[in-house]
Amino acid sequence: MAFHVQNVKKQKTRSNFTFNASIGGAIPLLLLLTLLVLLPFVFIFIYAITNKGESNYIYLTFDNFAQFITEPNFLRSAGMSIYFAFIATLICLVIGYPVAYFIGRSKASLRNILVMLITIPMWINMLLRILAWKQIFELFEKWMNVEIIGTDFAILFGMAYDLLPFMIIPIYTSVMKIDPSLYEASKDLGANPIKTFFKVTIPLSMPGIISGITMVFLPAATTLVVTEKLGGGKSRYFLIGNIIESYFIRQTNPYVGSAIALILSVIIFLVIFLLNRLDRTVVRDRELTTSVKKRRKA
Amino acid sequence: MSAQVLKDRVPLKIKNRRKSLSNQEYHPHFALTSYTWLIFILLYLPIISVIVFSFNSSKSVSNWGGFSFTWYESLFKNRVLMEDLRTTLSIAAIATVFSTIIGTLGAIGLAELNKKKPKFVNFVLSVNNLPLVNPDIVTAVSLMTLFLAIQSVLEMGYITLLLAHIAFCTPYIVIQVYPKVLSQDPSEIEAAMDLGATRRQAVMKVMIPDLMPSILSGAMLAFTMSFDDFIISYFVGGKSQNISVYIYSMKTFSPIVNALSTIIFLAIGLVVLGFQVFNSTKKKREER
Repeated sequence: MAFHVQNVKKQKTRSNFTFNASIGGAIPLLLLLTLLVLLPFVFIFIYAITNKGESNYIYLTFDNFAQFITEPNFLRSAGMSIYFAFIATLICLVIGYPVAYFIGRSKASLRNILVMLITIPMWINMLLRILAWKQIFELFEKWMNVEIIGTDFAILFGMAYDLLPFMIIPIYTSVMKIDPSLYEASKDLGANPIKTFFKVTIPLSMPGIISGITMVFLPAATTLVVTEKLGGGKSRYFLIGNIIESYFIRQTNPYVGSAIALILSVIIFLVIFLLNRLDRTVVRDRELTTSVKKRRKA
Repeated sequence: MSAQVLKDRVPLKIKNRRKSLSNQEYHPHFALTSYTWLIFILLYLPIISVIVFSFNSSKSVSNWGGFSFTWYESLFKNRVLMEDLRTTLSIAAIATVFSTIIGTLGAIGLAELNKKKPKFVNFVLSVNNLPLVNPDIVTAVSLMTLFLAIQSVLEMGYITLLLAHIAFCTPYIVIQVYPKVLSQDPSEIEAAMDLGATRRQAVMKVMIPDLMPSILSGAMLAFTMSFDDFIISYFVGGKSQNISVYIYSMKTFSPIVNALSTIIFLAIGLVVLGFQVFNSTKKKREER
């Protein structure tokens, strides 16, 4: 008995010590997150509400916000960013869904190969892939005597090509989780394949669709490379990413640029928040129906 | 028949697909199969065409001047590009080492802390996710404002580039490793300690080897993220630039880029392929 008590005591002290040692390991991470992730956001905020006077003194102002609200160029760019990103997302969804469905329903051996084939291009620098398309487009322009670079087609194609894997991957994971007996049940109950697709497959893959949309829309709206390299220098393709670039790197007015970035991140958080809410209500809805059913059975 | 009817008859919460009642195999329609392969061809078309273009001795894409290694030669003779390649590789290597160590220790620490202060850990994880959910340009701008503010102490260049890369690589390690730490069986560590190991030994000899696959995949992700990064390096690089920034800032396009791209494609393709093979053989071994 005495031995037992002693043993317990020993273990207790030991685990107390370990506790602190392990948590100590997290200190570098916490420091890094504070200094290099949170602090920079504080600086965006500070820059957004200040400006530099003539003799290098810094003063508080809201002009940075006023400047781009009154500037028609900015609003037009913001509108165009949303417009192009929206269409690119739609294209990704329409083109990517069948591929995701195919991958999600194929056998594990084929599926693994297909997923690997989808992921490999994602590892490769998007700048290089976009430049590759630019050369292919130039080739087509010479062969067929059409204008491709500097058209809406080129921009949308670049965005959709670049972001298609981000749409396919979340959708295929949720298609994979659908029990195939549901398709049979739907068939047995008299639904044709089209009806089954719209009433069973699409609703059950909704979480994947939603996360795919977030993963495509945001990078498409803030792209810098696609518009710069495939836009042919036209002002129509000067989107929000290019505006931020011009304020920070070309004109070096980080104050107005920060104000834009701040607004942008607020919008992004709203979008993500709303989509998460939507996702949760979809999931909750489904869980609710199952739990009601269980109770009924009981 | 609406989904409502289906919902009433079939339990929808399915956790394990193997339990499915269905034993019918899926036979996709011919059109769907060919469509999928078409998309895959489109996905690889630019990569293949760049490889072909890189061996074209003519400067213009539209005419084939014969097979040659001209562009590879001028690639290795281009001093600026070689210097930038060195910067890219050294930044990627150092950032990977630092972020892997910080991220792994951090994930283990957070998992331990989660037992006492789950709310705080949740907060830390959502901060950790900031660079992952934010578009690169927002992360880039936020880091640039920080570095602009401390410009007089630390000029923008190699060091700021490295700090920025460590900052955006570490979160990838944390999200790869943290869930694995949580799902680890605590009795293994206890067993090691009962057998006389100190906590540090238990972590080093039992926990870390167990986590190794996810640490490695996190490290690989971090390396390629850093190697491929353009936007963040473009904003915070200052005097130092990596190859992406070099290519982006080039005024006239040169086929040297095709030669460089080919080398990068092949290197990354081989690494990813090797990693996949490594993973699948490991899985098979575990199943046995």
